[in-house]
Amino acid sequence: MTDLTRLRAHEMAARLRSGETTSRLLAEAHLDAAERDNRGLNAWLSIDRERALAEADAADARMTAALAEGGAALAATHPLLGIPVALKDLVSIAGGQATAGSRILEGYRSPYDAHITERLRDVGAVILGKTNMDEFAMGSSNEHSAYGPVANPWDLDTVPGGSSGGSAVAVAAFHSPLSIGTDTGGSIRQPAALTGVVGLKPTYGRVSRYGIVAFASSLDQIGPFARDARDAAALLHAIAGRDERDSTSAPVPVPDELVGLPASDDEAAAGLRGKRFGLPREYFVAGMEPDVERRIRDAVATLEGAGAIVEEVSLPHTDYGLATYYIVAPAEASANLARYDGIRFGPRLGDGDVLGNYLATRGRGFGPEVKRRIMLGTYALSAGYYDAYYLKAQKVRTLIKRDFDVLWEGGFDALVAPTSPTVAWRFGAKMADPVAMYLSDACTLPVNMAGLPGISIPCGLSEGLPVGLQLIGAAWSELELFRLARGFEGVTATAEWRAQEPAQLALASDPAVPPPVERAAALAGAPA
Amino acid sequence: MPGLSRDDVAHVAHLARLGLTDEELGRLEGQLNHILDQYAILAKLDTEDIPPTAQTIELENILREDVAGPSLPVEAVLANAPDREGDFIRVPPILGGD
Repeated sequence: MTDLTRLRAHEMAARLRSGETTSRLLAEAHLDAAERDNRGLNAWLSIDRERALAEADAADARMTAALAEGGAALAATHPLLGIPVALKDLVSIAGGQATAGSRILEGYRSPYDAHITERLRDVGAVILGKTNMDEFAMGSSNEHSAYGPVANPWDLDTVPGGSSGGSAVAVAAFHSPLSIGTDTGGSIRQPAALTGVVGLKPTYGRVSRYGIVAFASSLDQIGPFARDARDAAALLHAIAGRDERDSTSAPVPVPDELVGLPASDDEAAAGLRGKRFGLPREYFVAGMEPDVERRIRDAVATLEGAGAIVEEVSLPHTDYGLATYYIVAPAEASANLARYDGIRFGPRLGDGDVLGNYLATRGRGFGPEVKRRIMLGTYALSAGYYDAYYLKAQKVRTLIKRDFDVLWEGGFDALVAPTSPTVAWRFGAKMADPVAMYLSDACTLPVNMAGLPGISIPCGLSEGLPVGLQLIGAAWSELELFRLARGFEGVTATAEWRAQEPAQLALASDPAVPPPVERAAALAGAPA
Repeated sequence: MPGLSRDDVAHVAHLARLGLTDEELGRLEGQLNHILDQYAILAKLDTEDIPPTAQTIELENILREDVAGPSLPVEAVLANAPDREGDFIRVPPILGGD
C-alpha cells in the first residue's frame, strides 16, 4: 500500500478524483506523521486534528458532489480541494493561535481569518496546523523561536534555515505536501534550500497580507513551499490576487496556467531551450562553501545542456544589500512592533503605571533578536540619524533595484544564482554573532529590496545536505519562474540525489533521540 | 559615524519602550556597534542625485467608497484584552492623580 505522505499534491488530487483515496485518509496520514515526528523536529506549534478532519470531510463531500455532477462542476474544482496544507504561525485563523514565534502573542486568538486563510478555505484545502518560526520572522535558522528550535531532518544537529523553518521542515519531512511561509529577506527561499524543497517568494504585491503578522511592510511577501514546482504553483494560484483589505496587493491578473505546468518531464525540459539566463557574479560571495558553488555551477551546466543560454552578468550594488536591508527592515519593524504594548491584546506585565507596563511587557515579551532589531530600527529612525541611515538606505535601494532593471531591459528571462552560500549549519554556530547570521541571506535579500519574485529549487546535495538553486525573475513573472523550475526538474528527473529522502527523518520519531532544544543546548556556543 | 555609548543604548531602549537589564544593555552595546560598522559601506556611495525607493511596484492610490461595512463584534475584539471593564479595555491612568 502506498504511503500517502510520499505523494505530491497533484498526485493526491488525481487520486481524489479517481476515488482511490479520500481527503480524510490524506489528512489522517499527514496528521499521524506530524504528531509522530514533532518531538524530534519541533516543526509544528499546533496541530489541529479535529478541525483538519472536519475540513477534510467537507472537502470529501464537495468532491463527491462534483464527481456526481461531472462536467463543468468537476472542472471547476481547484487542484487543492482536499489537499493538506500547513500555515506559518503568523497567519490568522479565526479563533486559532498566531504566536509569530513570540511570547508576547502567547494566548492570543485571532478574531478573524487572514485573506489567504479565506482563499484556502474557498478552494477546499485542509489546514493541518501552524508551524514554528523565528520570532516575528526575524532570523535565518529558526533558533530565534520562543518555542524552541526546529531540527533539519537531513541532519538533526543542524538548523533548517529561517525564518519559515517549520513550514520548510513540514514539507521536507512529509508532514504536508504544501505549506505557507513569508519572505522578508529570504525566509522562504533559504529554508527551502537548506531542507531540499521548493519555495517561492512572489513579487511584492502579489499576495494580500491581510491577517498576517507584519515584520517589514515594504518587503514582506507570503509564498508557497512544496516538493515540486507544480505543487508550489498551484498553491500560489490559490492565494494570489488583489484584496481590497490590503492596499499593497496589486490588481494584476493571476494566470490560470499556474495550475497547468507540464506533467511530462521531457516537455518541461524542452521549455528551457533558448531561454536566456544571467549568472550574477557577485552572488558567489566570500564565504561561499566550495562544494555549494560546485553544485550551482553543475546546475548551470545542466541548464546549458538543455539548450538554455547562460551569460555571466553583474549586479554591481549587491555588496550594499546587507547594510541596506539591515537598516530598512529593522526601521519598519520597530514601527510595526510598537503595537505590542500590552494594552489591547497579549500579556500585560508590570506593576501598574503606564510606562512601567510598557517596559516590562516589551522587555520580557520579546526575545533577543527582536529586541536587537527594534533597537537598530529605533536608532536609524531617531532624530539626527534619519538622513544618514534610513534615507540613505532607501536611496541605495533604488540603485539595487536599477541593477536588476538593467538586466530585464537587456532581455534576460531570469537570473540563476545560489540561494544560500552554505548548506545547513549546526545549532549554535551563528548565534553568538548576529552579522554572521545576517550574511547567510546575502543572496536573497537584494531580491526583496527590489520587490522581485525568486524561487529556490533543489539542485543536489553537498556532503549529504541539500543545496538550493535560486531563479530570480522580473516583477510578475512567477509563471515563467515556475516553468523554468519545472524545466530544471524535468532535465534532472532521474538524477540520483532526487530519490534521496532526508537522511535522519526516521530518527525523528525515535523516543530515545533528544529533541531539538536539547541538541541545541548541547551544541550551544555563547548565548545570544 | 561615531559609535553608540552605553548611555546611547539606554536612551534608544527608552525610546523603544524596551525594559532591558544591565546585562542586555552591555551585550547590545557591543552587538549594535558591530552591526553599525557594517553600515559604513554605504558612505562610499554617492547618492546625492538618487531618489529614495519606499516601495517597489507601481501603485496608485485606490480609495474605496466611503461606505460603512460590518465591523468585528465587540466580544471578538475584546476577547484578547488583558484587562477589561464592560465594553471597554481597562488601562492604567495616564494623567496625574488617583
